[in-house]
Amino acid sequence: MNQFGYRDFNLGEFSFRRDEYFAHIEWPGGTHTVPVDKFLKALIRDVAWNFFYGIVNFDDVFGTLNHYGNVDVFAGLYNAGYKAQKKEFVRNFPSEEVRGAFAAILDDWTNEGFDPFAAPEETGSAFGPKRGSNPIAVKRKRVTAARMAGLKNDTPLRSDADGHPVNRHFADVNQTEPKVHAEPGFEDEVHAFNFFAYLSRSDVTWNPSVCSVVKDSLTCPTTEEFVLPIIHGNDRVEWFVQLSDEIIWDVSDRETGAPRARVTMKAGDVAAMPADIRHQGFSPKRSMLLVWENADSTLPELYASGKLKPNPVDF
Amino acid sequence: MFMHKRETVFASLENFQKGGVQPINDDPRNYAFSNIFEVASTAEPYEKIAVGKNLKYVLEAIRAEGTSPWFTASHDEAALVMDGEVEIRLVKLREKIVADDHEGTTMLEGKPDGRRMGEIVASRGHMALLPKGAAYQFHAAKTAVILLQTIKGDLTVERWNDICQK
Repeated sequence: MNQFGYRDFNLGEFSFRRDEYFAHIEWPGGTHTVPVDKFLKALIRDVAWNFFYGIVNFDDVFGTLNHYGNVDVFAGLYNAGYKAQKKEFVRNFPSEEVRGAFAAILDDWTNEGFDPFAAPEETGSAFGPKRGSNPIAVKRKRVTAARMAGLKNDTPLRSDADGHPVNRHFADVNQTEPKVHAEPGFEDEVHAFNFFAYLSRSDVTWNPSVCSVVKDSLTCPTTEEFVLPIIHGNDRVEWFVQLSDEIIWDVSDRETGAPRARVTMKAGDVAAMPADIRHQGFSPKRSMLLVWENADSTLPELYASGKLKPNPVDF
Repeated sequence: MFMHKRETVFASLENFQKGGVQPINDDPRNYAFSNIFEVASTAEPYEKIAVGKNLKYVLEAIRAEGTSPWFTASHDEAALVMDGEVEIRLVKLREKIVADDHEGTTMLEGKPDGRRMGEIVASRGHMALLPKGAAYQFHAAKTAVILLQTIKGDLTVERWNDICQK
């Protein structure tokens, strides 16, 4: 335990320590410093998402690349300056090893009252010397429906009773459920639910949860407020459907970080995020975003090898 | 302290605003940027226009108006009502009409042969399961909009050049 009450951690040749304000990362030949609130917000998503699809950039230096079973932990790998000077550092680990190390950091470094999944206005401070812990927040599981949320034996809907009140920004969202009439014997198949109400009760931000499944097609709605705490580098095309309000996306080259576009999405807008970009979103008000993913496990290799074009459609 | 009244902004056929792609070093076409309500505003009733395509998977914008033909699929589909109110009628087909390896929505000729499963009345923000092996029919007394999660099929219309920012 250091002078601030926090433990130091190692993952292979990477070491991690925190003080009152910063997370410090070291590796042979380099060091990096990240504000600890930003670091924890990225870390919790990397852990909860099981390293997600492709690259989770904590910032423009440090992050992870998911190989689905093993993970590259890197510094400078997707930074043009580091690459030009051959200063990047990458080590590959079994996913379980990285998840174990990251979960331990998250558990030790997250203070009581700070929820890294919450919007800034809804949580306390990450800073200062060690002050308790927040195990309920850091051990949340990502919601993943097998067929559709609310079906029997599938992920449950949200309610006041199970600790999911309507979020303060969605107080005006209609909570009325659809009218469902099922004939005897079809109660488990005739199913509908209030998708917007379900989202209005999300207690987390920037955390896509699987709600409906058509083979490898997954709708992953999420509620967004403030800034996406990671910069997501795609290993496949993903799509966004803006369901409410507005998000602005900064889109950059996946490999170098060079800016490519800004995408402003308003309610009803649909846009693809190509397979060769990284993106970060800004949501001035809590908004509803439908992230649409193709979970086909063969896609990363097909895009990386150039067998698939990075843009989804030609016209 | 200034008390700001927060209002959740949803859009509709009657009232939508589009954002857009501001290119810095890119072609806006890479983002296939469109708007569901704009697409539905010029669509034929129950025309299934792809607004998202991820290889074989699609998201289709559907203008629901009046009563649709009956449809079925060999796989689940999911319908999210984006505007208006839609009644969904479900029938369990007595015999399999579509082969397991035939993907996407298939239109039935006439009425389905099978047992009534039930009905759903869904409004904006409601998602309904269209279960595999069932036939379904939409009915909208007033024009409504559906976003359908499905697989590209015989009825999917791709009109990217018309609907996307260039």
